[in-house]
Amino acid sequence: MKLVTRLMGAAVIAASAMTATPIWAEGGTLVIASTQVPRHLNGAVQSGTATAVPSTQIFASPLRYDENWEPQPYLAESWSTSDDGLTVTLNLVQGATFHDGQPITSEDVAFSLMTTKENHPFKSMFAPVESIDTPDAQTVVINLSQPHPALLLALSPALAPVLPKHIYGDGQDVKSHPRNTTDVVGSGPFMVEEFTAGEATVLKKNPNFFIEGRPKLDEIIIRIVKDPSALLIAMENGDADLYPFMAGSQEIRRLEKADHLALTDQGYAGVGPINWLAFNTKSEKLSDVRVRQAIAYAVDRDFITKALHRGVSQIQRGPIIESSPFFTADVETYDTDLDRAKALLTEAGYGDGMELTIDYIPGPKEQQQSVAEYMKSQLGKIGIDVTVRAAPDFPTWAGRVGGHDFEMTMDIVFNWGDPVIGVHRTYLCSNIRQGVIWSNTQQYCNEEVDKLLNAAAVELDPAKRKELYTEFQKILAQDVPLYTINALPYHTAYDKRLQNVPTGIWGTMHPMDMVEWSE
Amino acid sequence: MNASYLLRRVGYGLILMLCVVILNFLLIRLAPGDPAVVIAGEMGGATEEMLESIRQEYGLNEPVITQLAIYIGNVLRGDLGESFFFNQPVATLIAARIGPTILLVIVAQLLSIFIGVVLGVLAARKPNGLMSAFVSVFATIGYAVPVFWTGIMLIILFASVLPIFPVEGMQSVRLRDAGPITQALDIAHHLILPAFTLAIIYLAQYARLSRASMLEVLGSDYIRTARAKGASQRSVLFKHALRNAALPILTVAGLQFGNLISGALLVETVFNWPGMGRLAFDSILRRDYPTIMGVLFFASAMVVVANLLTDLSYRLADPRLRGKS
Repeated sequence: MKLVTRLMGAAVIAASAMTATPIWAEGGTLVIASTQVPRHLNGAVQSGTATAVPSTQIFASPLRYDENWEPQPYLAESWSTSDDGLTVTLNLVQGATFHDGQPITSEDVAFSLMTTKENHPFKSMFAPVESIDTPDAQTVVINLSQPHPALLLALSPALAPVLPKHIYGDGQDVKSHPRNTTDVVGSGPFMVEEFTAGEATVLKKNPNFFIEGRPKLDEIIIRIVKDPSALLIAMENGDADLYPFMAGSQEIRRLEKADHLALTDQGYAGVGPINWLAFNTKSEKLSDVRVRQAIAYAVDRDFITKALHRGVSQIQRGPIIESSPFFTADVETYDTDLDRAKALLTEAGYGDGMELTIDYIPGPKEQQQSVAEYMKSQLGKIGIDVTVRAAPDFPTWAGRVGGHDFEMTMDIVFNWGDPVIGVHRTYLCSNIRQGVIWSNTQQYCNEEVDKLLNAAAVELDPAKRKELYTEFQKILAQDVPLYTINALPYHTAYDKRLQNVPTGIWGTMHPMDMVEWSE
Repeated sequence: MNASYLLRRVGYGLILMLCVVILNFLLIRLAPGDPAVVIAGEMGGATEEMLESIRQEYGLNEPVITQLAIYIGNVLRGDLGESFFFNQPVATLIAARIGPTILLVIVAQLLSIFIGVVLGVLAARKPNGLMSAFVSVFATIGYAVPVFWTGIMLIILFASVLPIFPVEGMQSVRLRDAGPITQALDIAHHLILPAFTLAIIYLAQYARLSRASMLEVLGSDYIRTARAKGASQRSVLFKHALRNAALPILTVAGLQFGNLISGALLVETVFNWPGMGRLAFDSILRRDYPTIMGVLFFASAMVVVANLLTDLSYRLADPRLRGKS
């Protein structure tokens, strides 16, 4: 028994030694914890936050954006658009190099933009780019088939990483290129030291970064912790310093209580994450706009945001995120009115009630399953018997919705900055695509809407563009192909000693070259 | 034991693995959901052309039987394919994770045998005493409680209420540049909760088994002789009785290896342990067929090999079995 006692004693001593303040250089390392698993690190061929957070540290882009939606110099020190809007010229900084020491030239930028155009799922970002000229090493001339006001925003770090042509131009498929995961050579403030699929990404400071005195941090480690509860404990215990894209109200309320942590909901305007109830407008019952309107009148957004989401999420009254300059509140907002909802149903011939099913994305329970279950009880009040159809996992849900095999579904869709990139895809008649999720799965088609969206896509005058989008939002509010409920309550939790945590429109999908530890 | 017996056993093992591969392949494809849609979802959407090109790239357009034949051919050549999700060879993904899984399984196995046997022996000392009753109750509870529940309870207790152990992972990222001894201590510190969680089920079984086995041995003549010669209680229990009582425990330990691996899959998921179990779990959700198949292939190979070795070692230990097929 003495041996057992000794072993236990040694274990306790070892445990207490390991739980003491760990060895780490003050000011040196930032540990980001995330539940999202990146497939690889190349944001030119992959959208999504999981890849964008590391990719924006590894790869620089022509421009970056501030919190007021204004473009700022990055690899391009200046830029100009021709009067007809058909040519955009970028002037690159001198002396910028890739992590392997090769100079970053206009050839690399041209190659990167064309690679992104061909391989990135957001086809609308660079669709009007016809060709790119490189008259000299520092000048990039982008030739467009039509004016493209979304172009500058699409040149952000999250959407247009500048890749080394001497590596990715070797003829291999860029989507599955081995250098997306091993020996990654980038152009940004941090270099890849280690990428362990599904586990962690370790980034080291780029000592030759083209912006003098940056980055401030020596190292960024992005750790994947799939279980949100474990992630919370890691944040509370100081094992992780920054947790972006946190959307659970319980998580938010819990971390608010940690003295050493600060929380912010800034930094998600660009992502524009919207939680909505979508209708299959081709289904027999929901093809009648009065039924869709009735459902919209029955839903109480206030209850969802205040009770189900404990007050952490904001109401979203249309297809464009409310923090965008193109949003308008001047539309029918469907304040809860059960009598009107019942009247509309009666008018549509469903006065005796009807049956509908609702699907939801498995995973983000509070935003999806809870709201779907609320719909069942709430719509029951106007005589709609709702069956909540659970999916065991994401592929099952995606198969149903992508295959148009649904009546109503909860869904989460991102705006991705400019409406051309993230909004148009949900409503254009041409984007009704069988088997493709996050296309126009509602199968909604309105020629007037198509005309407005196509005009807004080429309108360079911001005021006129806003008018077009206002008109679009008004029509949509009448047609209700989907009913927007709330903006996802994304928050970033971080150690209070961290300075300059990115809170611009792209949040942590933005170079963290200014982030540093305070004394 | 002769060579033909050995060859026959290896042959059975290979046939079993082929059956496992075929069964797994068909089962996975019965699950709803299209991997191309998942990949497109991860990419943030796709056009129909992109979906088609993904299906073509990964051979998902071929009939299932053709896909199966291609897969078996590749496996026979030692190629487990490439992950749909990570675009990396499955062998590379497994190689990065097999070490942590083996570490977890072996430590849990040793823990369960050591503690289980000690408890069993102590219980056998007085079959109607308090200790014996405790071991019986503990064994029943330990065996009945699901491993993931035990894991979560231990996390709440030792990582949140009384935070002395790390809640997840295998290493502290802040210690990754530390010396080898610090890193080894760090891994040991992270290993305690998951290994103990995994050990509990089997610990209970070993406790019951060693108790029963010891009770049988303690009634033997040679134990009476040892006692008559004045041997101490400790000497009688651990030197004389346990040596003979240990044989069935070791046999069961070998046979339990497969169960430990399946238990490890759950424990790894609960504790974010970077082993094959978590890879399998995540890959199932992503419909990453090659990775799921690769992990199952490896796990089944480990079980087949462990069973084969147990069988062979048992025959070596007991000459009476050598003449039997």
